[in-house]
Amino acid sequence: MSAESNQLDPHTWVKSHADYLYAYTIKRIADEEQAKDLVQETFLAALEKVDRFEGKSSERTWLTAILKNKIIDVYRKKSSGLRKETEVAEHEQEDFFDQADGHWRSAHAPQIFGIEDVDHLGNKEFNSILQMCLQKLPALWMAVFTMKHIDDADTTLICSELKVTPSNFWVIIHRTKLNLRACLQRNWE
Amino acid sequence: MSQLKKIQYNCKKATFLIEKKMLSRITFREHIELRIHLMGCSVCRIYGKQSRIINDMVRQLFKSSMPGEVKLDDSFKKELQERIEIELNKN
Repeated sequence: MSAESNQLDPHTWVKSHADYLYAYTIKRIADEEQAKDLVQETFLAALEKVDRFEGKSSERTWLTAILKNKIIDVYRKKSSGLRKETEVAEHEQEDFFDQADGHWRSAHAPQIFGIEDVDHLGNKEFNSILQMCLQKLPALWMAVFTMKHIDDADTTLICSELKVTPSNFWVIIHRTKLNLRACLQRNWE
Repeated sequence: MSQLKKIQYNCKKATFLIEKKMLSRITFREHIELRIHLMGCSVCRIYGKQSRIINDMVRQLFKSSMPGEVKLDDSFKKELQERIEIELNKN
């Protein structure tokens, strides 16, 4: 099928894409009501843009791009307390590392806990722990983390879209992983 | 030498560089510093290994469609499609 043959059929949108878009949203925003609203807003916004669809991408890709922008808007709104969040991030880092020499505090030092050698990918129990730990993250961290790791977005783009400075960006990335790892270790044992 | 000592004992900096290296580029100097640190720090070696695995797992989790786990309820979908039809008929 050539790229030009992509067409839109709004009569089947819900049936074909609603669950997909909902799942996409719920992984990024752990709020069912808000996720539903976003799916609805996406379809309605898409209807207004139907004329501008050039058929270069699939219907689903096109709808997902619209949704993605809406999710970023939500992140932006949630991150109005952004400066505070990065300050908290820096401050909380003291939990993990000794302030004077930057060494791991013994209570927080990573230990081998079972993800290292088992075939964990797709492991159901592990996935549910991982999801629980992801949902505990502050909205902005989750946004930065998923945009970088999942969407593979350009760092400069993420920083401008979420209004984060590059140095704050790396602080958040670092902080997110420290928390995620610690949460997994706590809950896996 | 004091610079070297700093990185040698600084796990905060080392884990920061581990994260940055996985997603972006670090400088040659940072690369060397990290290697020196990791040679002497088994805790950060564990961290690095686990951190890579966590990246894979998170990617895997987001890629999988998790069938049956998250779905919209039928009544919501029905109303949604009806709403779309109304909008379509306006034009």
